[in-house]
Amino acid sequence: MHEVKRRYVIPGDKIVEGNFRPLMNVIRSGNALVATRIGIAETGRDGVKVIPLSGVYIPRVNDLVIGKIIDHSSLSWEVDINSCFSAHLPAQDVFGRDFSSARDDMTKHFAIGDMITARIIAFDRTRDPMLTVQDRDLGKIPRGELLRISATRVPRLIGKRGSMIQTIEQATQTRVLIGQNGIVVVTGRLPEGVNLAVRAIRMVEEEAHTANLTQRIKGLLNVPDTTTPPPQDRGSLVAEASKPGEIESTIDEVEEELEVEGEK
Amino acid sequence: MTQTRNLIDENGKRTDGRGVDGLRPVKITVGSVKNADGSAFIEFGKNKILVAVYGPREVHPKHMALPDRCVLRCRYHMSPFSTDTRKNPAPSRREVEISKVMREALEPALMLQDYPRAAIDVFVEVLQSDGGSRCAGITAASVALADAGISMHDLVASCAAGKVDDKIVLDINDQEDKEGQADMPVAYMPRLEQVTLLQLDGRLEPEQFNECLEKAIDGSKMVYEIQKQALMQKYFGNETELKEEVP
Repeated sequence: MHEVKRRYVIPGDKIVEGNFRPLMNVIRSGNALVATRIGIAETGRDGVKVIPLSGVYIPRVNDLVIGKIIDHSSLSWEVDINSCFSAHLPAQDVFGRDFSSARDDMTKHFAIGDMITARIIAFDRTRDPMLTVQDRDLGKIPRGELLRISATRVPRLIGKRGSMIQTIEQATQTRVLIGQNGIVVVTGRLPEGVNLAVRAIRMVEEEAHTANLTQRIKGLLNVPDTTTPPPQDRGSLVAEASKPGEIESTIDEVEEELEVEGEK
Repeated sequence: MTQTRNLIDENGKRTDGRGVDGLRPVKITVGSVKNADGSAFIEFGKNKILVAVYGPREVHPKHMALPDRCVLRCRYHMSPFSTDTRKNPAPSRREVEISKVMREALEPALMLQDYPRAAIDVFVEVLQSDGGSRCAGITAASVALADAGISMHDLVASCAAGKVDDKIVLDINDQEDKEGQADMPVAYMPRLEQVTLLQLDGRLEPEQFNECLEKAIDGSKMVYEIQKQALMQKYFGNETELKEEVP
């Protein structure tokens, strides 16, 4: 057991003084560590970080994103990934090494306006993000209801090990695909189920930082409020997106504990 | 700048009933523009200013983009109905200048190198003006930037001071600005103790200058507390701290 101290911070707030390592959204100023964004500051054994509560999506390598094909050149597609950088999907990634712009018709695979699921394979401050669709479950999204939420709410929507999204999927008989960039696609056979899932997702987005959210979502979805069994590995995109040990899990812990407090 | 009547009465009260160190009532609401990435509405005395921040987003036209950092673009605009007589909505010389000094006042607080090749747009719309609107605009813009989740070293708080009836007073209002002897808008980053904007309209003796600057900085610190409260209220309600054991 080690103690992790958490507190709410805004830019310029001193989090802690001493020899800690600044991790995420934290800068050193003299002997103190200072927050640079609004969020929840965590002081742990390995350092100090701030989990942001607002902001646009900034790509990271290995993120799973949902994007829209907005253009293509003879060598690559341009993809809007809801960020300040537009991403590129090289044609070689789809057609293989022997791709020839003269022989292969790129619009056969992805036309302008198509939605795709992709993974970011390269991104740094000097170049735009590069995507790949060469993995299980990546590629074109044929149908579904499209939603755009803030990228900072994605971890909350997924929930701890996918618990929140699993609740929504099970109660509404839908399948929810979540990109780390805040784009969500809901598919289901019944339009009522899709509508209900959309309402639930909107509620999660609006009330992400409040306590007792899971209970209220269950209320909205008419799910009996019992302790859920430990979620099994769904082997899906969502499960991949919520790997334990990442920031997502930590923010969920904070919120789960908030919920526990609320129950008392 | 000719003074026609007393702006401070025999009891030391100013035209709106404040003392020489009094700040006008300040109220900041965060997140008032739904479609913006960050926004704030400030009421600074009779000033009513709406600020919307968009970005970081793609730069258009693309040649404006900088390879190593983000471009900050600022637009200060007064609505035609914000003044006593209708103001022409076209950007005036004054508005172009204020847009520039605002950008320069906010830039030192932002970590623009975190967002290379992108742009952040700040739109400051004055809906009702009452003197000191650039200070109120900078104050609200800095809150809106924090609301947009942009990395910052510190918030920028801003307040003016000036000379009225040969006395140095805090937070000049419209009448004191027009009829008083000097007006000094100051923007300040309290944690870093750095001044990011310092303008002066009027004449001050060297000692008066120092007194005026100190007073404006003290005013900025008061505004800073209001900024912090507004952000805390929006994001965390009334809670301030959480602490627990994690295995």
